[in-house]
Amino acid sequence: MGLLLSFFVVIVLVLLAFGGVEAANLQYLFGIIIPYAAFVTFIVGIFYRVVKWGRSPVPFRIPTTAGQEKSLPWIKQNKIDNPSSALGVIVRMAFEVLLFRSLFRNTKTELREGPSLAYGSAKWLWLAGLAFHWTFFIIVLRHLRLFTEPILFFVPLIESLDAFFQMGVPLLYITDVVFLMAVTYLFFRRVLIPQVRYISLAADYFPLFLILGIGVSGVLMRYFFKVDVVGAKELTMGLVTFNPVVPEGIGVIFYIHLFLVSTLLIYFPFSKLMHMAGVFLSPTRNLANNNRERMHINPWNYPVKVHTYEEYEEEFRHFMKDAGIPVEKEE
Amino acid sequence: MAVQPKVPKGISYPDELSKVDYKPPEKAWMDTPVVLKPNMFCWGNKEKSLKAVDFPNARAWSVADEDWKLPENWKEIFLEGIRERLDKYRTFRLFMDICVRCGACADKCHFFIGGGDPKNMPVLRAELLRSVYRKYFTGSGKALGKLAGARELNIGVLKELWYYAYQCTECRRCSLFCPYGIDTAEVTIIARELLNLLGLNIEWIAGPVANCWRTGNHMGLLPHTLRDTVEMFKADLETITGVKVDYSFNRKGAEILFVNPSGEYFDPNGNITFMGYMLLFHELGLDVTLSTYCSEGGNFGFFTSNEMAKRLHSKVYAEAKRLKVKWILGGECGHMWRVWHQYHNTWFGPVDFLEEPVSPITGTKFENAKSNKVVHICEFTSDLIKHGKIKLDPSRNDNYIVTLHDSCNVSRGMGFFEEPRYIIKNVCNNFYEMPPNTIRENTFCCGSGSGVNASENMELRLRGALPRANALKYVREKFGVNTLANICQIDRAALQTLADYWVPGVAIRGVHELVGNALIMRGEKERTTDLRGEPLLGKEGGENV
Amino acid sequence: MYNGIKIIIGLLIFAALVTFPFYSKMGKATAKPDPKVDTPEIQKLAEKKCVEPKEFMKTEHMKMLNDWRDTVVREGNLIYVSSDGKKYTISLQNTCMNCHSNKKKFCDECHNYSAVIPYCWDCHIEPKENKT
Repeated sequence: MGLLLSFFVVIVLVLLAFGGVEAANLQYLFGIIIPYAAFVTFIVGIFYRVVKWGRSPVPFRIPTTAGQEKSLPWIKQNKIDNPSSALGVIVRMAFEVLLFRSLFRNTKTELREGPSLAYGSAKWLWLAGLAFHWTFFIIVLRHLRLFTEPILFFVPLIESLDAFFQMGVPLLYITDVVFLMAVTYLFFRRVLIPQVRYISLAADYFPLFLILGIGVSGVLMRYFFKVDVVGAKELTMGLVTFNPVVPEGIGVIFYIHLFLVSTLLIYFPFSKLMHMAGVFLSPTRNLANNNRERMHINPWNYPVKVHTYEEYEEEFRHFMKDAGIPVEKEE
Repeated sequence: MAVQPKVPKGISYPDELSKVDYKPPEKAWMDTPVVLKPNMFCWGNKEKSLKAVDFPNARAWSVADEDWKLPENWKEIFLEGIRERLDKYRTFRLFMDICVRCGACADKCHFFIGGGDPKNMPVLRAELLRSVYRKYFTGSGKALGKLAGARELNIGVLKELWYYAYQCTECRRCSLFCPYGIDTAEVTIIARELLNLLGLNIEWIAGPVANCWRTGNHMGLLPHTLRDTVEMFKADLETITGVKVDYSFNRKGAEILFVNPSGEYFDPNGNITFMGYMLLFHELGLDVTLSTYCSEGGNFGFFTSNEMAKRLHSKVYAEAKRLKVKWILGGECGHMWRVWHQYHNTWFGPVDFLEEPVSPITGTKFENAKSNKVVHICEFTSDLIKHGKIKLDPSRNDNYIVTLHDSCNVSRGMGFFEEPRYIIKNVCNNFYEMPPNTIRENTFCCGSGSGVNASENMELRLRGALPRANALKYVREKFGVNTLANICQIDRAALQTLADYWVPGVAIRGVHELVGNALIMRGEKERTTDLRGEPLLGKEGGENV
Repeated sequence: MYNGIKIIIGLLIFAALVTFPFYSKMGKATAKPDPKVDTPEIQKLAEKKCVEPKEFMKTEHMKMLNDWRDTVVREGNLIYVSSDGKKYTISLQNTCMNCHSNKKKFCDECHNYSAVIPYCWDCHIEPKENKT
C-alpha cells in the first residue's frame, strides 16, 4: 500500500509540474514562489525540529561503548570507539557521520542445520548508503555552479574530477551513475528483503521515489531533454539575489526537477530525513564514556524516597544484634 | 562429550526449538494482534510487591486474564507518561523521530535470531511504541493515521507493548549497529516505566525490587542469614584451603566497602565466586567490610523505572558515608556495573564524602573512577596481578578449558574487555576465545538479562540464549571448552540451565572463582580440590577429600 | 535548551552553509551573459543564420560539435547537411569560428557563466582575436 501510494504521489507531483508549466504557464509559481517557500520551510523546519530536540535534556551519560574503556594505564584504550575525551568524541562522531562507522559493522546472520549460526560479512548496505549520501552531497556541491557568480573555485574542480572519464557529451558524471545505482539498490533491498519490507512504511518509500525522481529528472535534463542552462542559471541567480526572473524557454523538465527538489525540501523537516541532524544529537554516540571520572549532571535530578539505614536497623536490630553485627542504637 | 541435553518441562528438544522461520507473515504487523504465548512471558507482578514500594495500581491480576484491571483513565495516564518522558529524555524524543527503518538492527537481536518473531526485530519493537507516539504526538500521525505508521492506543496495543517490553533484555547489541545509535534498551526502559504507571510489571522484577527495598537485597536475605551464609562459606574455605578467612559486616572505619550482587549469597555458581573474593581479601589483608543494609549491587529497579533504580541504590553511598569508608569496591555483576558506571554519579554525585580510590596494595590510583569512587573488582585484581602482588598457580584450574562470555551490560555500557581477560590468562592455562562476532562489543546477551530470568518464560530464555550457546558450542567442539567464565551474576544463575540445554557439558564460572582456585595463600595446606570440592587435575583420588 | 550553545552553533553553521549563495551576492543582481553575434563576418551575411536554428544550437551545439568531430576524424566525411538541406564544410576553425570569430564574447561568456570547460581547445588552435 505504502509503496504504490508513494509511487503515485511522486508521479502526480511530476504531472503537476508538467501541467502547471506546459498547460497553465505557471512558471512563476513553480520557478519562483514554490522554491522560495520550500527553502524557507526547509531552514525553519530544521531549526524547529532541532531546537525541539534540544529542549529535552540528556539526563544520563549513556554512550554505547564499542571498545575497551579507559582503565588502568597499561590497558590499551580504544579511544575512538570508546572515547573518554572530547577529542575522542569528535573523532568518533566524524567516523560516524562521514564514514557510517556503525553501519560498517553490519553482519548477516544465517541459521543453518545443526543448529549453527553464522555471521557473514554484509557491507552492501553500508556501501550503498555511503555511496548514496556522498554522491548526493557532491551533486549538491556541483549545483553551486548555478547558485554562485563568479562560481566558487572548487566547483569546476569537482566537476572535472566527476567527469574524469570524459565519456559522452555533455560529459558523464560518475556521481550521477553511482547515485542512481545506489538509490535503486536501496529501493530494491527494501522491497526484496522480507524483513525490511515488513517494517517499511509509506514514509520510507516516498522519499526514495522522490529522490529517485529528482535524480532521473536531473539526468534526463542533462543528457537527453536538454534545457537552456544559461536560462536556468538566470532563474536560479535571480532567486538567490532576490531579483526573481523567469527567462523564456527553459525546458519543462527543469521545472519538474525543481518542483521535486522543492517537495523534498518541504518534506525534509517533517520526516525521517531529519536523521541528518539527529545523528549529531544522539547521546549513545556523542558522549564520552567517562562518567566515573567526571560527573554528568541531570538537570531534573530530584530527591527520591529512600529506605534509610535507620528504618532498616529499626526493623532488623534484634537479628543484627543476635548475629553480632554492629548497630547504631542498642534499642 | 556426548552429554544429553537437559530439557526443561514443556520445552521441545533443541533440534526442534532451533528450527526458526525468519520470514515475516503476509499480514502487516499492525494488523496482527499480539498473541501472548505461554513459556514466552513472565507472570505479572503480585499486589504486595507493588504496594511495598508505593507503586500505582497495585492489585491482583493475571497476564492470562482478559481483564488486566487497569485504572479507568489508563490511556490518559499512559499518554501523559509519554509526554512527560519526551520532555525529560532527549534519547526518547530523538529515537522516536529519526529511525529510517534500514533494518541493520533486525538480525542483531538474540531474541529475533533464536525466535524469528518479527516484533523482536529491534526496529519493530521500537515501532510498537513509535506508532503510538506518532498517533498522539506528531502532525502527520494525527492527520494520516495508519499511512504515516500511526495507530490508536488500545488494550491490544498495550498488551503487545507489555509482552515485547519484557522480551528485550536491554543488552544494547542493536544500538551498536544502528547508524544513529538508536538504543532499543532506552526505548524498552521507557516502555517499562510507562507500563509501571499502570501497575504492569512482572513479578520476577517487582518481587526482588520489593525485597531490596526492605532488606537491602533482591533475595530478601535478612542480616543474620547473610552472616550465616558467609560463615558457611568460611567453613567450606577452611576445609578446602586450611585458611581461616576474615570477613566483617557493617564495620565502621573500614577502608573499603565491598558491594556485590546478592545472588552470590544464594546461587550455587555465585557462591563460589564470592568465596573467591573472600580468599583474595583475606590474603591481601584488605581492610574491607560488607554491609547487610547495602547487600545488593544489582538493581532490578533499573528494570522498572529510573526513579525506582535511584531509590534502591541511594543506599550504596548512604552506607559508605555511614561506615566512613574511603571508597567502594564492586563485585562481578553486569547490569549493576552499567548502573554504577553510567548512572550513579549523576544520581548521587558529587561524591565528595569519599576519597579518590587508591589500591592500598599497589598504590595504583584508579583515575577512571576518581569522581564516583567505585572500582570494579576486576580492575582491582588485574592491577594486583600486574604488580605481582599475588601468587597464582594456574595449574589448579587445569580441569578447566575456559572461554569468556562478555556480559552485555559491561561490554556496551562500559567497555570492560581486557581486565577479565588479563585475569583469566593469569589464573588459567587454557583459554580460548569464541568467534569475534560474538564477543567483546559484539557479545550476545545470555537471553535472561534485565529481569527476565524467571522459569515460566523458559522458551523465551532458551531462544534468546541460542546465539550465545552456538558460539559456545563452536569452541566446545573445536577446543574442548568446558567452562564459560563471566563477570555477571545473572549469567551465572541463568546460563547454566541454558548451557545444559544447548551445549551440555559446559560449566558456568565466575572469574573470581578461578582466581580463588589459583590463589596461593600464606598458611594454606596443599590443595587437592578446587573451591567446589572437586579434585584437581592429577589429584584425583587424593588424600583427603 | 540543553547543550544550547553547541546546538545553536551547529544550526548556525548549517544555515550559513546552505544560505551562502544568498548572502554572498547581498541581493546584487548578476549580469547575465550576452553572447554577441555582431562580428564583421556575420554582418556581411545576407541571411544571418547559423547551420541550424538558434534554439537548437543553444542546447545541442555541444553534441553537434562532438558528432562533427567523430564524422570527420573517424569517417572522413567533411560535409554536413543541415535540417533545411544546405551543405556546410565541417570545421570548427573554418566554419564555426569563421563567423563566430569573437570566442571570448560568444563562447566563453556562457561557458564561464555555467562552469563549462569544453575541451575543443585542447586540440584546436584558439582564434586570434581583435582586442575587445
